[in-house]
Amino acid sequence: MSGEASKTISNATLWGGGRSPLSVSYGKIMIWFFLVSDALTFTGLLSAYGYARHSLDPGMTWPIGEYVFSTFPGLSGDHPLMYVALMTFILIMSSVTMVLAVEAGHRLDKKNVVKWMFLTVVGGLFFLGSQAFEWAHFIHGSHARVTLADGRIAYLEENPHHGEAIDPATFAMTIGSPRSSEVVKGDEAYKLYQGAVSVVSGANMTENEYGPPSYANFFFFITGFHGFHVFSGVVINLVVLIMAIKGVFHRRGHYEMVEKAGLYWHFVDLVWVFVFTFFYLV
Amino acid sequence: MERDDIIEYSLDAVYSEDHGRVVRKKIFLVAAVLTVITLAEVFLGIFWRSWMPNDWHWVKWVFIMLTLVKASYIVMTFMHLGDERRNFRSMILIPYSLFLMYLVFIIIWESTYLHQVLKIFL
Repeated sequence: MSGEASKTISNATLWGGGRSPLSVSYGKIMIWFFLVSDALTFTGLLSAYGYARHSLDPGMTWPIGEYVFSTFPGLSGDHPLMYVALMTFILIMSSVTMVLAVEAGHRLDKKNVVKWMFLTVVGGLFFLGSQAFEWAHFIHGSHARVTLADGRIAYLEENPHHGEAIDPATFAMTIGSPRSSEVVKGDEAYKLYQGAVSVVSGANMTENEYGPPSYANFFFFITGFHGFHVFSGVVINLVVLIMAIKGVFHRRGHYEMVEKAGLYWHFVDLVWVFVFTFFYLV
Repeated sequence: MERDDIIEYSLDAVYSEDHGRVVRKKIFLVAAVLTVITLAEVFLGIFWRSWMPNDWHWVKWVFIMLTLVKASYIVMTFMHLGDERRNFRSMILIPYSLFLMYLVFIIIWESTYLHQVLKIFL
């Protein structure tokens, strides 16, 4: 696709000095080196997550993705993985619009570069908003974990919303797991709840209702670090969009800057593909 | 100062409208593949429990393989690494893959060991 690479150049000319044997411009080599180092950072983080999960204390269980992430904004009830699938779709689509912007750049088609870059920025902002919702929901929680006086673990049917008091009449808890069929209701449940040893609602850095504390810590750090990458990607894309609108690249005679911003944006998408697999599916 | 030792590769990257049509076709094809794989993953994630409740081990490896397929499409087509010279491609992929393989090996090995040790205290 990059014209130079597809040209046949004899090895003697390439390695004889005077030109790069890689036939890639300095800027593109450097962004690739940066991406490799960034990929190593994410590899390290996801490996640490895998290590924590695989070596887990046999007395504990690791939370299951479909159970933790099962809400959809505006809809009630269970919609396992639907929201995160939508987020993934949005990010993949913004990757497609990015590669279309790069393609338009190769044809020096300024109008289309601007159009596709704009859609990429919009997709990135949508993804960031979705992640904010995901975090807010994760922190608030949906079934607080209650340790009862007799040592059993119970889960609230639904966490009370901020500032709302618990109504004993509609109060219910499930015993054992949030999906167990053993349900205690009404005043009896409320009495058990009031005598509880501890109640963990939602997630923070020291404890969470889903499972071991390291689960929430890894979730916050890895999706947070990825979200920060998305944020900086949106800023970079915005700068490139403004430069494209002003015609900077057109005067330069090539749109390589769009390509370089694109490499970073695709990398962010690539990382999300792995985060999606290891946090939500596996 | 005007430098004559830098070759402007970027100017060569400009191509015609006809070639652009071919490239776009490939982009849309890859976009469709990625979408289909993501949908397949989500459906497998939701329904595997009712279809084959005891096959988690197998399902897990399917997820990982599908993810690697998606990743290679993104890197090779969207990031155009497949269109670069082989020298460059190897320079990016080989060192990273070597490191990755070692890291994955060592975390699985060590975490399995630690898990076994923790079982003693259970």
